[in-house]
Amino acid sequence: MSNLVEIRWHGRGGQGAKTASLLLADAAFNTGKYIQGFPEYGPERMGAPITAYNRISDEPITIHSNIYEPDYVVVVDDTLLEAVDVTAGLKEEGAIVINTTKTPEEVKGLLKGYKGKVCTIDAKTISIETLGKYFPNTPMLAAIVKVSGIMDEQDFLNDMVESFKHKFAKKPEVIDGNMAALKRSLEEVKGL
Amino acid sequence: MTEKKCKINASSTWQELTPGGTIYDAANSEEFETGDWRSRRPVFYEDKCKQCGLCVPTCPDSAIPVIEGGKRTDFNFDFCKGCGVCAKACPFGAISME
Amino acid sequence: MSIRERLSGNEAVANAMRQINPDVVAAFPITPSTEVPQYFSTFVNNGKVDTEFVPVESEHSAMSACIGASSAGGRVMTATSANGLSLMWEMLYIAASLRLPIVMSCVNRAVSGPLNIHNDHSDSMGARDSGWIQLYGETNQEAYDNALMAIRIAEHKDVMLPVMNCYDGFITSHSIENIELLEDDKAKGFVGTYHPEHFLLNKKEPIAVGPLDVQPYLFEHKFQQAEAMRKAKDVILEVSEEFYKLTGRKYGLFEEYKMDDAEIAVVVLNSTAGTAKYTIDRLREKGVKAGLVKPRVFRPFPVTEIAESLKNCKAVAILDKCDSTNGAAGPLYTEVTSALYTTGITDVKTVAYTFGIGGRDVKSSDIEKVYTDLQEIVASGKVENPFRYLGLKG
Repeated sequence: MSNLVEIRWHGRGGQGAKTASLLLADAAFNTGKYIQGFPEYGPERMGAPITAYNRISDEPITIHSNIYEPDYVVVVDDTLLEAVDVTAGLKEEGAIVINTTKTPEEVKGLLKGYKGKVCTIDAKTISIETLGKYFPNTPMLAAIVKVSGIMDEQDFLNDMVESFKHKFAKKPEVIDGNMAALKRSLEEVKGL
Repeated sequence: MTEKKCKINASSTWQELTPGGTIYDAANSEEFETGDWRSRRPVFYEDKCKQCGLCVPTCPDSAIPVIEGGKRTDFNFDFCKGCGVCAKACPFGAISME
Repeated sequence: MSIRERLSGNEAVANAMRQINPDVVAAFPITPSTEVPQYFSTFVNNGKVDTEFVPVESEHSAMSACIGASSAGGRVMTATSANGLSLMWEMLYIAASLRLPIVMSCVNRAVSGPLNIHNDHSDSMGARDSGWIQLYGETNQEAYDNALMAIRIAEHKDVMLPVMNCYDGFITSHSIENIELLEDDKAKGFVGTYHPEHFLLNKKEPIAVGPLDVQPYLFEHKFQQAEAMRKAKDVILEVSEEFYKLTGRKYGLFEEYKMDDAEIAVVVLNSTAGTAKYTIDRLREKGVKAGLVKPRVFRPFPVTEIAESLKNCKAVAILDKCDSTNGAAGPLYTEVTSALYTTGITDVKTVAYTFGIGGRDVKSSDIEKVYTDLQEIVASGKVENPFRYLGLKG
């Protein structure tokens, strides 16, 4: 199972990190992968730090524990960098993707000496400019696809447009904005 | 009465009992004679009885037989538990508990 | 061709219920089973099923409504967890003793207190002697498959007992994973329609259920239940065989993983078995002859079959995700060791581990520790402490 990719999401309750992990599972599933998508359930409060997980593999996945040594970490809110040990167990050959206006060099100091790849993306600006509101999970989803290379970008975009058509059947006007957010995010990840 | 689908009693084996104890025959209280619960016995004084019929529906064990023409007869002591409700119901003193 | 999907365990079970289209579902929400009636009620509202959905005011009422509806002759399902199961307590025994084939999803969660909503097996294990058949499933796939098979097992004329379909709260109930669903027509064909022999709404045969069962009778009625439970073993295998022919997914009384030449083995229920398989694969690469037995059917307990499966092992660890608080070990340990002793197998060393209480995460390194302990037991020939705890702090 060397092709098993493990991803850990850090977000705050209400930001959609859980939804993003489920969307990533969906997209990977649609490209023929075996997937797991699950949050770590706790006291669910708006703003409280939450963790969610993805496993993605070409073979059936039997392990059912949380993820302690992820290949990738996604941080949906950079204020978490001071509150949570986001790089705990993160593999050095892996990468961390952080939603922040800062550059990778600027946030490195907050990552407890993590030696692997550090990527950043300004999901807030992308979200507000494309969606008109702050929904960080859509840009972060594209960012992790870009950084991890777990699926072909075009396959990902094709799948997402179908998924949005289904999800937003009653408000198709938001589909274009969401697709624009994904495309811009694929382009604007820093530190690759 | 139709034939009983299962006749059970205190000696029945596990193979003979119905699953869950479900009773498949309605009105099977006729199978169970409650007359030996009686400590007081109603006595029917036919001479005082006006055949008004008030006693009949009060009996919880249907132990007051009604024959053709709507006339009641003496108690069925196989089932009468001796509760005395009929004696209270009779306006004419035709039933006494003894 | 089956339908390739990705669903949570609860969604999968709700979809099995949609395909089964029961006459009545009565349920009360409790985490982590809530989604089952929640998803199912949308199927009711959208006309996908013609089930009478009864939103009751407590779990006691839920099971009472199920008992009424099942006595009336309906096919009846429900779901609950933890304290909800506790509140159903007296009605669980009544459902079983009235021989009503109700199917309930028990989404395993710790019974309070202190208050905890996470996974362990204290709920269904507490109800293990209530007269319900208990199936345990590792994945969303198994929870879905067991839900379909449970209907057939429960309603079989030789059985007529309620079935609990147990799977792990959150780990299985709320995780999205790949799954293969049956097409609706195939699922419907498999479960068929329910034709009870005796039922309250049969105007041609007025019956009475639940009579007073005094000293000359209750013992015999309990023996009938025990007999039905014994017969259930063959029925479960028959139904599973039919399901295998339909889906290619094979189920028995338990699953053996790499047991052919296993010298050390773990016995564990539900999702942890998956983590054990992952661990075994890695240990096998290092030449460790590790195996796994994952019971699927806990009630009836497959005494001789489990003993047969374990008899060639040198040492076996039995893992309980609940504590019997008997000062010894949990129910799975007690049943497995009893099975070994009863069948005359006394040379297999056994050790009990209580683990995963209240949702304590079980890592592959935890399972690896168990196999390392087993290797030490084999090497020393001694079990220093038979009653151990795994993942406990301190």
